[in-house]
Amino acid sequence: MHARHIFLSAIAALVGGVLACVAASAIAAPDKIDPAADAKAFQKYFTDKFPQVKFEDFVNGPYSMNEDMRKQWEEKEQFPPYEFSLEAGKEVFATPFGNGKTYADCFPNGGLGIRQNYPYFDEKEGKVVTLELALNRCREANGEAPYSYVDDEMASLTAYMAFTSRGKPFDIKIPNDPRALQAYENGKRYFYTRRGQLNFSCATCHVQSPGERIRAEVLAPALGILNAMPIYRSEWSGMGTISRRLVTCNSQTRAVPLEPQSDEYRDLEYFLSYVSNGLPISGPGARP
Amino acid sequence: MIHPATFAFAAALALFAGVAQAQSGAAEGQNIAFDRGRGNCLTCHQIRGGDLPGTIGPELKELKGKYDRNELIAIVTDETRRNPLTAMPPFGRNRILTEQEIDAVVDFLLTL
Ligand code: HEC
Ligand code: HEC
Repeated sequence: MHARHIFLSAIAALVGGVLACVAASAIAAPDKIDPAADAKAFQKYFTDKFPQVKFEDFVNGPYSMNEDMRKQWEEKEQFPPYEFSLEAGKEVFATPFGNGKTYADCFPNGGLGIRQNYPYFDEKEGKVVTLELALNRCREANGEAPYSYVDDEMASLTAYMAFTSRGKPFDIKIPNDPRALQAYENGKRYFYTRRGQLNFSCATCHVQSPGERIRAEVLAPALGILNAMPIYRSEWSGMGTISRRLVTCNSQTRAVPLEPQSDEYRDLEYFLSYVSNGLPISGPGARP
Repeated sequence: MIHPATFAFAAALALFAGVAQAQSGAAEGQNIAFDRGRGNCLTCHQIRGGDLPGTIGPELKELKGKYDRNELIAIVTDETRRNPLTAMPPFGRNRILTEQEIDAVVDFLLTL
């Protein structure tokens, strides 16, 4: 209990510090939120750090970092372990709801080849909408119960939608709306803030240490880290959605995971996708 | 807060010389350093005698020549004081390990 208290007050101090900085800079030289400049610097950091990795290759996560793993993976891709999920997703996607409508009715272009445009900022709602969220909203609008964000059904739907978008570069837009800029900034702050008993931020592992081993796992670079989602993980013996991966990374590092599709996770996904603009969708992916 | 087993172990060894006592601390320290639920130092550091080490931190070896006991305690307690950007968790500050456990881990580090 005591440790937890200390840890919470440390976080409070940290967040307080961040807010104080924001307030101070608002008075002094307004620190403009500049996603385009961020994305450029972000991509440059990774291409400078890994000059031997081809730009499009960053979407291959750990495999872009490690030659031995890459070989094993290329052999595995002959019989991809996500095939089953992909087939299931294709079938579910085409099956009408009780009311006769289908998923295709909820999305632009019948839902095909559009993965690269998610998440987007919905100016009516004033919030970020991810693909997983849009799929559940589609189900509910048609009288169906939502799927769990961390289970196979959701993964197979996003697997199919990603598959029809393979090769299309991420094209995330940030409209000229202060709320959209703020959502981006919140996601960025979440990504760089240290949390949990072990004091890790997402960046500690995926910006500072990509390519390094953490026990036996090779850390993926944050650049292109969502392009291959959803993923089949041998360690899970199954598929994982983006929601599942975020919750897992938080809880494995002894931080308290958020609710899937909470505002923070939506903003985080918005930030991570935006800074990977230009990199091709490669999902569904397979990981060790 | 001394673990009963550790206590019994330490008490038994108290019959021997101080050297022996340091060794018992080192053995316990090694357990803590390798245990995934406690120090889990192997996640990031290669350490003699440990399996499946990570590579985020440097190999832990020949530390005796490099740091004294207090410096090692400081590193394990809160390495962010030396390096604010470090990936290494602040084991003491965030109460991941107790003071006694850190003591034992440092006994172990001094044998590397
Ligand atoms: C202490 C280390 C650590 C921290 C902190 C961490 N992760 Fe991870 N993450 C991992 C490991 C290990 C994996 C599995 C290996 C890999 O693919 O990188 C992983 C995988 C991922 C993947 C899948 C990448 C792929 O190509 O398979 C995503 C996405 C991800 N993490 C996002 C995050 C986000 C966002 C945060 C912060 C909320 C975060 N991680 C915090 C260790 C970490
Ligand atoms: C998540 C990663 C991580 C974990 C877990 C970790 N360390 Fe470290 N450690 C580092 C890094 C990175 C450095 C390099 C120095 C820095 O970052 O300031 C380091 C440096 C050190 C050093 C200084 C080494 C030298 O040669 O200068 C010691 C001693 C050390 N760690 C001990 C430990 C012990 C003992 C544990 C477990 C109780 C531990 N570390 C757990 C990441 C880690």
